[in-house]
Amino acid sequence: MNRHLISAADLSRADALLILDTAEELAQMADRPIRKLPTLRGRTVVNLFYEDSTRTRISFEAAAKRLSADVINFSAKGSSVAKGESLKDTALTLEAMGADAVVIRHGASGAPHRLAGWVRGCVVNAGDGAHEHPTQALLDAFTMRRRLGRLDGLRVTIVGDVLHSRVARSNVLLLATLGAEVTLVAPPTLLPVAVGGWPCAVGYDLSAALPKSDVVMMLRVQQERMNAAYFPTVREYSRRYGLDADRAALLPEHAIVMHPGPMNRGVEIAAEVADSPRSTIVEQVSNGVSVRMAVLYLLLGGSEAQG
Amino acid sequence: MHAVHPADGDPSRRASTDLTASTDLTASTDLRASKTVWEPAEISRALTRIAHEILERTDGAGEVILLGIPTRGVPLAHRLGERLAQVEGRAVPVGSLDITMYRDDLRLRPARTLGHTEVPVTGIDGRVVVLVDDVLYSGRTVRAALDALSDIGRPRGVQLAVLVDRGHRELPIRADYVGKNLPTSQREVVRVLLTEIDGQDAVVLGEGGGPGGPGSPGSPGSPGGTAVR
Repeated sequence: MNRHLISAADLSRADALLILDTAEELAQMADRPIRKLPTLRGRTVVNLFYEDSTRTRISFEAAAKRLSADVINFSAKGSSVAKGESLKDTALTLEAMGADAVVIRHGASGAPHRLAGWVRGCVVNAGDGAHEHPTQALLDAFTMRRRLGRLDGLRVTIVGDVLHSRVARSNVLLLATLGAEVTLVAPPTLLPVAVGGWPCAVGYDLSAALPKSDVVMMLRVQQERMNAAYFPTVREYSRRYGLDADRAALLPEHAIVMHPGPMNRGVEIAAEVADSPRSTIVEQVSNGVSVRMAVLYLLLGGSEAQG
Repeated sequence: MHAVHPADGDPSRRASTDLTASTDLTASTDLRASKTVWEPAEISRALTRIAHEILERTDGAGEVILLGIPTRGVPLAHRLGERLAQVEGRAVPVGSLDITMYRDDLRLRPARTLGHTEVPVTGIDGRVVVLVDDVLYSGRTVRAALDALSDIGRPRGVQLAVLVDRGHRELPIRADYVGKNLPTSQREVVRVLLTEIDGQDAVVLGEGGGPGGPGSPGSPGSPGGTAVR
């Protein structure tokens, strides 16, 4: 494995399976009376969050703490960043504090990549702009494998705002590595220009794609990133690309419904679908902790001399 | 981890927790100047004896749980479990306890693959846990196992059964049940082969590699051989 986790594309099939298998062992720990392992005692993990995030930051924090690492949370609001400090200067400060790993979320694509060149510790990308969110893709793959028993040949349909979604990009890259067949379904305005080069199929009709899906992953409509009119009205989007109970009925019996959260209930997903037994939305959150523990263990748990 | 050096740990342990290394290991030791010190029948007899000793020491093994330490402790625990069931006519819970996350030498090598932990549904609270492993060497694996156990529950007692005790303890730890005491030098390498994993039963004693390999005594953090065992 690389020393950093910046992109899902950096993971070989063997790396990805190692992370999933490790997470599988660590997931057992959730049932134990003492949910703590001494493995990363004395190591420091810094959560460097330039964008708002609740679940990802808490998930990384819980993962690091369950491995006994010390966690420092650094959010841009109300910090030296608000006073105009550059990313590099912040990085050097963290370096001086002895961070063994930096978990970074940043609004600019490529920020984790830059950071990796400045610090000695491991860098884990927790979401950069519209680029990537590799641990989300790993936890999604983990959830699919747990629910459906395999990833090879699995038909996964990812629906919605692909253009602004780092989750979609990381998932497409990782799932292709793991042998799943991915189809993106979105309004043409919400697909990236370069989508033709991605290892996946593209469609525009959700109802036609659903009967052929083992997994349907709904993406949040990221209104905060939308600076143009990508679709006429939210109501129209919801009618064409939202997953309501009638559409969910088109899915095969065994199919699961995923959402990376936070959800806009009534926009991309109806409340009754989000709360149905085939929804894995809550599982995804608890699986996130196991997968992030696996990533932190594999990056930090061994000797530092590894390249 | 290429040359197998005695200070680099007992290779059977390494192979058992780091499966990726096992092929590497076979290639590097290639059992040069190695000799089989124990045949299948002797292993079987020793396990039967240990099973009887467990029954004696625990008044019929009513509260006993066998926990094997991956990789080779697990099939050994299952074999002991079968023998206990044959003699007493009732099943004894068998599980496995991975100790990777509790090792004291994690920082000396790349992150290891985790083994599987499976605690019987009965839990371990108030029971007598018999830890089962293939080779007892430095005692560090057992120390890690004791830490791991305390995070799972509070057994009434913990005992240790090993197939081979090769000496060279680095911690105040001893086994309650020993298949064979095998006097070794630290240069030597003890490997336990089991049908379930290796396709045959044997205990093999081989020469270690020459000094100066990776993880030699001079390497930081392993003065005089910090082998986990």
